[in-house]
Amino acid sequence: MNDAFVIEGKMALPYQYFAGAVGSKFLVALRDEKQILGVRCSRCGMVFVPPRQSCERCFSALTEHWVRVESTGEVTGFTVVRYAEPYQPKKPPYVLALIKLDGADTPIAHLLECGDPGRARIGMRVRAVFAGERRANLLAIAHFEEDPAGTQEGHSPARL
Amino acid sequence: MANRVAICAVAQTKFEACKRDVRTQGLLWEVVKDVRAQTGLDFGPGGIAGAVTVSDDVFDARTISDGAVTDLVGAHFGSEEKVAADGAQGVYYAAATVLSGHHDVVLLAGHCKESQPASRNMVTHLAFDPFYTRPVGLDYLCAAALQAQAYMARSGVSETQLAEVVVRARQWAARNPVAQETAAVTREEVLASPMIADPIREKFMYPVSDGAIAMILASETHARRLTDKPVWITGLGNCYDSFFLGERDLAGNFALERAAQRAYAMAGVSAPETAFDLAEIADQYAHQLPQYAEGLGLCPEGCGGRWLDEGGPDRQRVNRSGGMIAGNPLILGGLARVAEAVIQLRDEAGERQVAHAQRAVAQGATGPAGQLQTVVVLER
Repeated sequence: MNDAFVIEGKMALPYQYFAGAVGSKFLVALRDEKQILGVRCSRCGMVFVPPRQSCERCFSALTEHWVRVESTGEVTGFTVVRYAEPYQPKKPPYVLALIKLDGADTPIAHLLECGDPGRARIGMRVRAVFAGERRANLLAIAHFEEDPAGTQEGHSPARL
Repeated sequence: MANRVAICAVAQTKFEACKRDVRTQGLLWEVVKDVRAQTGLDFGPGGIAGAVTVSDDVFDARTISDGAVTDLVGAHFGSEEKVAADGAQGVYYAAATVLSGHHDVVLLAGHCKESQPASRNMVTHLAFDPFYTRPVGLDYLCAAALQAQAYMARSGVSETQLAEVVVRARQWAARNPVAQETAAVTREEVLASPMIADPIREKFMYPVSDGAIAMILASETHARRLTDKPVWITGLGNCYDSFFLGERDLAGNFALERAAQRAYAMAGVSAPETAFDLAEIADQYAHQLPQYAEGLGLCPEGCGGRWLDEGGPDRQRVNRSGGMIAGNPLILGGLARVAEAVIQLRDEAGERQVAHAQRAVAQGATGPAGQLQTVVVLER
């Protein structure tokens, strides 16, 4: 059947997502202070970035234990995105990496710029490059770049 | 309260890349009519008492997507519940509806047309939060790529091995009348397909797919009346992993192992390597076949590569349907696995029939990189 009728549609809904008290504190610190905050679970010891209200593993309340983690870290996983979609933060190909910040236990997904995407490696030392104009989302960090001189020695998250 | 629940009828559309001449409702009606004809059931008292539907709001581009199909499942003036997850969860829900004594006969019906949105990735992108993960462009495809990279790095599974997974899937799909990707493909062709998100190549991905599936589930008394070949659901289990990808062991099977343990404990399965006559794995991506085989306990943890090399998929009769990688839409991948297990256990699988099949395991996954895992054990 070649004459099946099609309605062209487009879903677009302007929307305000509220970040909540915990998320707002993280996003404001990131945007205004270029600081990356997390929360530590006093029972299981995990440092969560981004922060959250309670530990999913032991259900402890977390927000009494804010910490500041480093803007340096290590690649724990990556892919090279080679397909194009309108919501992507940059034109492919680009490296999307899982990066464990020094002092945090939970890697975050972010962009890695390391020249040729083929250079991306697990264990690569990286540092955050903050955006000039920062909005309150994770792209206040524009991307991560290789930090060849970086080491992971001696990073314990600073208590706030 | 019923103490056993059986699947009494199964119907599937053919899965195709773009069913442009059929509305989603038309797809669903085709399979609902089919299971009604198989069982002689009508809607209402004494017949189909309740329905569980499986659909996705964003794929259907309308909220409360089940609202568009309630008339097809007998839910006007009746009861209907929607599962907005893989249809294997719908099996769980429908079985619970029967086992709880809420209804004796339940229609389970799922539909999805992945072809309707401009891109499947645009749909799955919306499964991520707007603060931390959407801004960096996450969707299920790049999540699966991060999983594949982690799994292949730890297990040593190579892309040549994954190419063989695809070659084999097509060979079995060619014997499944509802399968989508049935054309033979060579290892070289798979390896020459473009890299989409390293290490995932185009032919390592399940194709964009449209289709629908329906089943009738019933308590023991009713099942005996509706069919002479009931397939009993003897084990069910599920488990969620963490939301953030960085907080999961992407190379492992945290959620699937637990889902399987729960299903196996219910079914009394203690040695999964030898317990099943067939297994159906929702391999959206080629690497998930060996990875999830490990999670289901079909081979030891970390041995997925050796399992592939030593003919594990053939020996354990895994994915004779062709698997999800031969083409099922996202939320029907696990439901199609359950459907194949039922067809096999009813001895109705034709050229791909497993001889003397008595017990099967089927797995489905929802969410990025298999976040929610569902395992179903079925017996004739």
